[in-house]
Amino acid sequence: MFVPCDRGGGPAASDFKGFTLLMPAVSVGNVGQLAVDLVISTLDMTKVGYFYTDCLVPMVGNNPYATAEENSTELSINAEVYSVPSKKLVVLQIRSPFIKNKYRPFCEALLSWVKGSRCARVVVLSSSHAYQRDDEQLLGTPLRYLLTPDLEKAVGGLMQELNWKEMEKVAAYPGISDTDKVLHIPGGGITKLLFTESCSKGIQMAVLLKFCSEGDNIPDAFVLVNYLNEWLQLVKSESNNSTDSSSQWKIPSSWRLLFGNGLPPALF
Amino acid sequence: MATFFGEVVVAPSRAGLDEEEEEREETPEDREIRRELEKKREIEVLWSGLAQGPLACSRFVVAIGRNAAAFLSSFILDSVCWEVVGVVKLWNEWCRTSSTTNVLPTDSFCLFYRLISDPTVLLCQCSCYVAEDQQFQWLEKVFGSMQKEGLQVTILSTCPVADYKTQESTLTLASPFLKALKTKEFQEQVCCPLLEQPNIVRDLPAAVLSYCQVWQIPAVLYQCYTDVIKLDTVTIEAFKPLLSSEVLKSLVKDASESTKMLKKFLTATESHSNIYI
Repeated sequence: MFVPCDRGGGPAASDFKGFTLLMPAVSVGNVGQLAVDLVISTLDMTKVGYFYTDCLVPMVGNNPYATAEENSTELSINAEVYSVPSKKLVVLQIRSPFIKNKYRPFCEALLSWVKGSRCARVVVLSSSHAYQRDDEQLLGTPLRYLLTPDLEKAVGGLMQELNWKEMEKVAAYPGISDTDKVLHIPGGGITKLLFTESCSKGIQMAVLLKFCSEGDNIPDAFVLVNYLNEWLQLVKSESNNSTDSSSQWKIPSSWRLLFGNGLPPALF
Repeated sequence: MATFFGEVVVAPSRAGLDEEEEEREETPEDREIRRELEKKREIEVLWSGLAQGPLACSRFVVAIGRNAAAFLSSFILDSVCWEVVGVVKLWNEWCRTSSTTNVLPTDSFCLFYRLISDPTVLLCQCSCYVAEDQQFQWLEKVFGSMQKEGLQVTILSTCPVADYKTQESTLTLASPFLKALKTKEFQEQVCCPLLEQPNIVRDLPAAVLSYCQVWQIPAVLYQCYTDVIKLDTVTIEAFKPLLSSEVLKSLVKDASESTKMLKKFLTATESHSNIYI
């Protein structure tokens, strides 16, 4: 459930009418979560509440977006909501994996919150195992999108203009040519469940995902967030010829030491 | 990815979701097994001799893990000023607790004590492991029995120093050492430096602190980073700076008693660790 930081705000604090909700799926390489970190950090978003749930593994730490001593001591938990009203953007960041058997209740709670808070649409950032691509998917862009029918009506044309590639359906039984085609997002966590549930509940949802593998996924996060930016224009995009497409995004201070501590001097 | 022995191992995804799980539909038999397991893993909180209705509580000190629990036993708890008022019964793959209150420091248990002279002061020693799927239940059942008005929570916990992320190597760090995390509402002085990013805290200590942050309860967590896994007097004594905090300074017992208690822990651990008699 959504719990606002500011209790005095009344019901208005939980009302995100007309806003776009951006959220990650906990997926291969944690790319969606890294991309959301970049958005929150760059837009200097304000925390407006918590998503209090028993479905995620608990964790706490100090402010992952701290820029100075003064703002470094604010406590963060595993699921928090940030917003920047001027852009009508609200962001849910998820920082830990699901507890066993709890991903379905989480999807239900999330979609019920989306309806209750009157968000106009939801954008899910996700990823899928690169090694599961078929021959055609190995060529060209590793980025894909999906739109629920309700959102397709609104922005389907824009995706054509941007020359984006829709996520292909695959044969239900690989190797047998005349079977039904189904949506398959291996390594995508709850992406497929969220998408199919949104389709049936009439929620406007878009999924933006990247094919990737586990490893140093920071470059994947930059690629995904730039993909998002082509559509939502959250930050001014650099010109196409710029070699440094990552310069408009601010890396959060918590991205230090991702691959371990310093080395003991006695090693050498 | 091939291992040392040559067999191929699938690298675990940091995303943590097992895909086969997500694709398979649950049969009625699966559902039945899952329900039985869930029932077996349910936590029971048994309060004894208390009046009906929520407990009035001004200070709640929770010690999670053997060393934190032993710290409370050495420096705060005794059988004269404190009475046992509650126990948690739970089962998981790592440990099982019972409703007995007569426990050894090396046992797995979760007990609640109340200060006889001020019944709003509660202590909890939780040396058993509370699994992921049980942590929320623990929170709801323990805090559900308390009045949250005027409540302040202090959490003590330990974790391996190898988990501490720092620019230098952890080999050069002087462990054990204390780090703190506090909720927005906590206004008092903390007894040690705050835990820097990118470090995080997990498990029950994180669950309790998250609960306090969300429901705006002033709370502080003292995490002791140590390189000893078992009961260890050096780790226990690392919590000593807390004895000068507002919450604990009025509860500290006699120094000679503490020394006696620590000596007991020393012998309890040594006899088990010596395999060459």
